[in-house]
Amino acid sequence: MARASYPAYYTFWHILGEYALKLSAWLVLFFLILPILVIIPLSFNAEPFFSFTQGMLQLDPEAYSLRWYQGIVENDNWLLAIKNSFFIGIFATLIATTLGTLAAIGLSSDDMPFKRAIMALLLSPMIVPLIIIAAGMFFFYTKFSLAGSYLGLIIAHAALGVPFVIITVTATLSNFNRSLYYAGLSLGASPIRTFFDVVVPLIRPGVISGAMFAFVTSFDEVVVVLFLAGPGQRTIPRQMFSGLREQINPTILAVATLLILVSVLFLLALELLRRRSEKMRGLDDTTR
Amino acid sequence: MSTGNPAAVEKLSRREYVLAQRELRRKKMFALALVVPLLLFLFFAFVAPIGTMLYRGVYNPVVAELIPDTLQALEQWEGQTLPDDAVLNRLALDLKRLAQTRKSGKLAEEINRHWPGASSVIKSTARRMKRQTDEALLNGGADMIRVANKKWQRVEIWRAIKKAGQVYTDGYYLTALDLERNADGDIQQRESAQIYIKLYQKTLWMALVITFSCLLLGYPLAYYLANAPSKTANLMMILVLLPFWTSLLVRTTAWIALLQTNGVVNSTLMALKIINQPIEMLYTEFSTIIAMTHILLPFMVLPLFSVMKGIDPSLMRAAQSMGAKPISAFISVYLPNTLPGLSAGALLVFIISVGYYITPALVGGTDGQMISNIIAFHMQQSNNWGLAATLGSLLLVLILALYWIYDHFIGASNIKLG
Amino acid sequence: MTLKHLSTAAALSVLFASQTFAAEMTVVSFGGAYGAAQKKHMLDPYTAETGTKLLFEDYSGGIAEIKAQVEAGNIQWDVVDIEVIDLERACSEGLLEVIDPATFPKGADGAAPLDDFIPSAVANECGVGNIVWTIIYAYNEETVGDNKPLSINDFFDTAKIPGKRAMRKRPQVNLEWALIADGVARDQVYEVLSTDEGQAQAFAKLDTIKGDIVWFDSWSQVPQLLNDGGATLGQSANGRIFSAIKEDNKPFQMVWDAHIYDLDVWSIVKGSKNKDLAMDFIKFATGTKPLSGMPDVAYGPTRKSSMALVDPAVVPDLPTSHLDEGLKADGIFWADYGESLGEKFNEWLLK
Repeated sequence: MARASYPAYYTFWHILGEYALKLSAWLVLFFLILPILVIIPLSFNAEPFFSFTQGMLQLDPEAYSLRWYQGIVENDNWLLAIKNSFFIGIFATLIATTLGTLAAIGLSSDDMPFKRAIMALLLSPMIVPLIIIAAGMFFFYTKFSLAGSYLGLIIAHAALGVPFVIITVTATLSNFNRSLYYAGLSLGASPIRTFFDVVVPLIRPGVISGAMFAFVTSFDEVVVVLFLAGPGQRTIPRQMFSGLREQINPTILAVATLLILVSVLFLLALELLRRRSEKMRGLDDTTR
Repeated sequence: MSTGNPAAVEKLSRREYVLAQRELRRKKMFALALVVPLLLFLFFAFVAPIGTMLYRGVYNPVVAELIPDTLQALEQWEGQTLPDDAVLNRLALDLKRLAQTRKSGKLAEEINRHWPGASSVIKSTARRMKRQTDEALLNGGADMIRVANKKWQRVEIWRAIKKAGQVYTDGYYLTALDLERNADGDIQQRESAQIYIKLYQKTLWMALVITFSCLLLGYPLAYYLANAPSKTANLMMILVLLPFWTSLLVRTTAWIALLQTNGVVNSTLMALKIINQPIEMLYTEFSTIIAMTHILLPFMVLPLFSVMKGIDPSLMRAAQSMGAKPISAFISVYLPNTLPGLSAGALLVFIISVGYYITPALVGGTDGQMISNIIAFHMQQSNNWGLAATLGSLLLVLILALYWIYDHFIGASNIKLG
Repeated sequence: MTLKHLSTAAALSVLFASQTFAAEMTVVSFGGAYGAAQKKHMLDPYTAETGTKLLFEDYSGGIAEIKAQVEAGNIQWDVVDIEVIDLERACSEGLLEVIDPATFPKGADGAAPLDDFIPSAVANECGVGNIVWTIIYAYNEETVGDNKPLSINDFFDTAKIPGKRAMRKRPQVNLEWALIADGVARDQVYEVLSTDEGQAQAFAKLDTIKGDIVWFDSWSQVPQLLNDGGATLGQSANGRIFSAIKEDNKPFQMVWDAHIYDLDVWSIVKGSKNKDLAMDFIKFATGTKPLSGMPDVAYGPTRKSSMALVDPAVVPDLPTSHLDEGLKADGIFWADYGESLGEKFNEWLLK
C-alpha cells in the first residue's frame, strides 16, 4: 500500500534505504530520550541504590517508595539549595534581561558602530569554557570580597545569561518592522513612550524566552558555583555535583526527576511563546 | 533615503549636510548608549576576571616576599657551583622566621614545583632552624643546614630557589608546554614527563570523536526531522528539545545510572545472557564520550535541521529522476547544500567539548579526564594557581581561535537555541 | 515585565534572602554515617542548647580546600574535622587557629581536661581530638569467592583474590600498605618511605595492582562500591563498614591486619569570622557526652571519661581494641612529605 506513494523510479533499495533512515532517526531519538526516562522510575526505588532491584522489575509495590522525595523535604541542605537556586536565578535573570534587551535594541540599529566585534564580545560568555571563567572570577571577585557572597554569584550568572538574551531579542528584532517605531514617533509620542507602547509588546516574546534561557543557565550552572560559592550559597546543581562525587544515593534521582518536570514546563512555555510570536509575525505580514 | 547614502548627501546644502551628520552621530551615540551599560557590566563581571587569570600566569610574587634576604644574597650567584656560606646563613635565618610564622609550608610548596622533593627538605630543615638563636644561625647556619639534609649539597635545589624567586616568570608557560630551562638558561623539553601536551592532544582527540559521533547520529535524525510529516516532526522535535532543556547534571546522573557496574545497561545485557560478567563502562574515556555525545547532540541537530528545512526536496528527486544513484545524488547534490548547517553544528560541538568540565569530572574516572579537569585540579587540589592560569590561557587561545573561525564563517549571532 | 511583576519578584527574593542569610557558622566533616553521628550527638544538641544555626558541609579530607580559602583570603569554613595525618601539615602551613585544650571543660567525672583527653588528642596545638578511627580494608562475602582475604599481603595478591580494589585517591595509607605488603617491618615504614629508594619500592608494589584499582575520593563511596560489585576489596574507614554491617545488614567483613589508625580532630580555619563561636562549639563537641556518641559508628572517643557511657557490646569493634595489629599514622612524616609524595603519586597515576 505504501509503495504507491513512492516515485516511479524508486527501486527496492530506495525503499529499504528510506526505512533504514526512518529506523535510525528513531533509534537516535531513543538514545536521546531514554537516559532521561530511566531516571524517573529509579527515583522511586525503595533501596538506597541507583539500579533496578528484582522487586522493581516484578512491579512489586513494596519495591517502590517515596522515601527519597521525603528525604529532600527533610534535608536542610537541599531546601537551602532550592531556595538559593531560585534566589540567584531570579536576580541574575533580571540583570541579564534588562541589560541584554537594551543592548540588543542598540545592536539591531543600523547605526551601531563596531557592530560585529561588539556582538562577538557579548556572546563570548557562552563560548569561553566555564572552567576559565570560574577560575578568573575566583581570582578577581575575591579581591572585591564578592567570592562566597550572593551578589558575586548573581553578577557571575548574569554575565553568563547575557548571550542568550542577546540572541533571542536580536532574533525578534530582526523580524521587527522598524517603521512602526517611527510611526509612533511621528504621531508625536516621546521616544520612551513609543518604546514602551510599541516596541515592548512586539519584542516581548523574545525578551521572555531570553529571560527563560538566562534563568535556566543560572539554574543549571555548577562550575562557577563550585569556585565562587560558600557553603551558605549552595545551589541545586552544586548539591547534586557533590552528591554524585561523594555519596551516590537516590535523593539525587528524586531531585533529577523534579528537574525534568521543571524542564518539561519550560519547554511547554517556550513552545507557547513561539506560537504566539509566529502569530504576531503573521499579523505583521498581512498589514504590510 | 538613508542619511548614509552619499548620492543623497550630495544634493543637500552644506547646512543640511551638517545637520544630517549630526543626526547620524546622535543616532550612533544613542545606539551605543544602549549597549554601554552591558559592556561595562561585562567588563567587570567577565573580561576583567579573565584578564586577572592571564596575569596570574606570569606574576608570582610569593617566594620573593617569603625569603627576600636569601634571594638578594643569591643575586650574584652564577648557578654552576654551590652558593657560599653567607647565602646559607641568610637562608637559615629566613627559614627560622618562616617556621615561626608558619609559612615554611608555603615556601616548600613553591620550591617543590621547580624541583620535586624539595618540599620535605625545606620543611624538615625549617623545623630544625626554629629552635636555634639568630646569633647561632648568622654564624653557623650554613653548617646546620648542611647537617639537616644532604640534599642542600645539590645545586639543583639552589637553582630552584633562585628560579622560584622571580616575580615575573615564563616558568608556568614552559611547564604548561612541557618545557623547562636547563642550567644554562636554554629552553628544552622537560626530562621528567610529557604531561600537558599529551593531555591537550587527548582533549582535542576526544572532542573530535564526540563531534564526529554527534554528526553521525545527528545527520540522519535532522534529515528525517526536516522531511517528515509536520505532526511527526513536531513530536520528534520535542523529543530533541526535552534533553536540551534538561539540566546537565540530570543527564550526567542518568549516564551514571545506566553505565555503572550494576547499572541498567549491564543488568539488561546480563539478563539477556549477552554477557556473563558486568563490563566496566563508567569512569572511562568511553563513558565520557558517550555522555558528552548525548549532551551535545542537540547542538548538532538544530543547525542541521534549520538548513535542511530550507532545501527543496525536489532537488534530490530531480537528480535521481535524471538517473543519479541515490548515494551519488546525495554526495553531489544534498550534502553540499547542508554544509553551512553541518559546519556550524560541528564547530559549535567541537568548541563546547574542548572546554568541558562537569561530565568528564563525574563520569570520566582517571582516563576520561580532559584539560579542564586538570585546570580544576590545579585550582582546587594542588593549589598551583599559576599553572592553572597558564593552562587556562592556552585553552582560551585555542577556543578564541575556533570562535573567530565560527564568527567569520557562520556568524556568532546565528547560534541556534531551538 | 511590568513594574508590578518586578516588585513581586523583588519581594519574593527578599523573603528568600531573609531566610537564607540566617545561617551562622559552617562546620565541615566527612558526611555519611560518621557525619550523621556527629550531627546527632554534637551539632543538633549544640543548636538546641545555644540556638546557633550550623551549616553542616561535607568534604573528603585533605588540606587543599582549606588552603585555597586561606590563601585567597576567602574564608568560607569555620570548624573543620581534619585527620591528624593532615593536621600537622595544615598547622605548620599556618592554615589553622591555635586552640588551648587546657581551657576546655572538665570531664563528667571531674577530671581536668588535659588528664581526661588521651595524650595524642591534645598533642597538636591546632586541634583537639574527636575520635580514634582507623583505615582497614573490607570485602563483600558474596562477591569475594572461596578464598577469603586475611592479611594486607592478600590485598596486593591479585592471583589469590581476583577483582577490583577500591583505594582512596591519595598517597597516604596506600604507600604504607604497599611497603608492609612488600615485606617492610611495620615500625620501619616511615623511615623507608623517607628515602627515594623506599618511595620507588612503594610505587613499584602499587604498580603490581594498578590495573585492578578503582579510585575513590570520599569514604562514603566504599560501601556502595562493595555492594554493587564495583570493587571486591575496599579500603575504608572502619566506621563506614561497621555501619553498613550493623545498619544495612550488608555481608561485609573487615580485615584488621596492618590497619593504620589515626585521630580526627576539630580545628578552626585561620581567619574564620566566627572564631569565638567556633571555639565554643569545639568545647561543646569534645565534651564527655557528645564524644560518647561516636562509638555508634565504631570510632573511639578521645576522652577517657566518655568510655563509661559507651555500650560494652561495641568495644571489640573499636580501633583501640586492635592496636597491636596496626600502625599509627605519622602526621609529622606526612607534613614533610605530603607535598612531594602527593606530586609523585599524581604523576604515577597519569603514567
